[in-house]
Amino acid sequence: MGAGGGGAPELYELPPGEPDPGRGPGILSGLRQEGARGVLIAVVSTFVVAAAIAFAVSRSPNWPAVKEAFFNGEEFRSSFPDIAAKFIRNVEYFVVAEVFILAFALLLAVMRSLSGPVFFPIRALSILYTDLFRGIPTILVVYLLGFGVPSLSLTGVPSSATFWAVVALILSYSAYVAEVYRAGIESVHPSQAAAARSLGLSRWKTFRFVVIPQAVRRVVPPLLNDFVGLQKDTALVAFVVVVPEAFKEAQIIQNADFNFTPLLAAALLFLLVTIPMTRLVDWLVSRQRRRRQVATAL
Amino acid sequence: MNGPRADGEALRLEAIHKSFGKLEVLKGIDLSVADHEVICLIGSSGSGKSTMLRCINLLEPVDAGRITVRGEEITATGVDVNRIRRHIGIVFQAFNLFPHMTVIRNVTLAPMEALGMSKAEAGARALELLERFGLADKREEYPDRLSGGQQQRVAIVRALAMKPDIMLLDEVTSALDPELVAEVLNVIRELAAGGMTMVIATHEMGFARDIAGRVCFLDAGRILEEGPPERIFSAPREERTRRFLQSIIEAGRM
Repeated sequence: MGAGGGGAPELYELPPGEPDPGRGPGILSGLRQEGARGVLIAVVSTFVVAAAIAFAVSRSPNWPAVKEAFFNGEEFRSSFPDIAAKFIRNVEYFVVAEVFILAFALLLAVMRSLSGPVFFPIRALSILYTDLFRGIPTILVVYLLGFGVPSLSLTGVPSSATFWAVVALILSYSAYVAEVYRAGIESVHPSQAAAARSLGLSRWKTFRFVVIPQAVRRVVPPLLNDFVGLQKDTALVAFVVVVPEAFKEAQIIQNADFNFTPLLAAALLFLLVTIPMTRLVDWLVSRQRRRRQVATAL
Repeated sequence: MNGPRADGEALRLEAIHKSFGKLEVLKGIDLSVADHEVICLIGSSGSGKSTMLRCINLLEPVDAGRITVRGEEITATGVDVNRIRRHIGIVFQAFNLFPHMTVIRNVTLAPMEALGMSKAEAGARALELLERFGLADKREEYPDRLSGGQQQRVAIVRALAMKPDIMLLDEVTSALDPELVAEVLNVIRELAAGGMTMVIATHEMGFARDIAGRVCFLDAGRILEEGPPERIFSAPREERTRRFLQSIIEAGRM
């Protein structure tokens, strides 16, 4: 990226991995230009605001009751390890579902991008699918499949509620992710496909080697956004499955101890995964923007 | 389509018509191109030069007329367009290199995936061509790290890697900064010297005069006038040709 320096004085070098200051909507926006003085002001003002909130909250007459029910240190320490152990399941559901979603959604997007009258039924099928599953609340699909299919005890069909709950997540999220892919495919300029076809590449090979790789690269940030959503929604599995994951485990402890702190412990676990993912998205978006600027500066 | 035909005709266009919606862009184009011949298409923007080239490459289906390449009618129904295109190289104004691939991958993709060449074979052919055009040291670069002139030369190499019988060049220097035009034109001169059959749409009149065996002046979807460059540029017969050349001279481009 060092080549961008010449024509554009504002494109100074950034250490790798740093969010782009001043350009994106990053949290550190504007800090770096101000230098040490800016950092000092930010620290002081953050401290003042935090102190004001803490003061107002702790002076509230209801605070002791809220603190006892939601922020009980003892309860947190005792429940956190159990919930964390069950959170592994959420990560498992997430990883398994995501692999299938990425593949299935790409298939849906490709089906929808086929042009020509012959492919009309395939296009229509893909559109119908995405319309359907984007329109139905995910929790409803989880209920329908997680309770519904096992209750039929069909032969040759898995009867595990967990299996069907994860399938429900796959079906639901694939509809969203397919739309993300499609946006990417449509953003690749037709001249790219023309260039590939002019070299004698078939329609399919043009798609595979020229259009899809460029499309996927462009939609990595929105794809990751959907990852964050899916990681959260693995908690929906708790509604149909007996084997507890993090949310269910937290509920069980909450019911036993009459205390809400375990739920906050579960929330914290989700945040530990989703916040880094969200920051990664921000970083990728700003990096893409910077690359484009360098490309135009050349 | 293998080997030159006895009569030496590489390409023939007969009464080609093409419309986009209500706009008729080509209104009956007839042209015969001999093997090793270099034809320059001149004319103002919108006269149909690009569309004509895209029709020859089957990127645009023609509405009426016949295109024949070495005796085979390529506009016939049921023709395998992928096979036809492998013999006809086209280079575009905007390069259209694949930005996510290195130079060498850009050049080897079609030989490997369309011709089924091995990676080693395609790589050797690509390297030979890149060396010939002074691009060997750029082989691992991505296109956006190259100058416009280098990108366009890579695009030409990419088309040449398919060993085409005919090359179509669509205003290949129009998107370039003036100081980069010469390096691309020199590549085309070299191809012409090597006997490549070419149809070139261009605004570079000096270049057309140098290189063309025949110049065709396109106006409103027709070839209004054609002939050897000396005659077209010094003694055009048609009033429209005269006016076009006059406007080029006034713009300081000849």
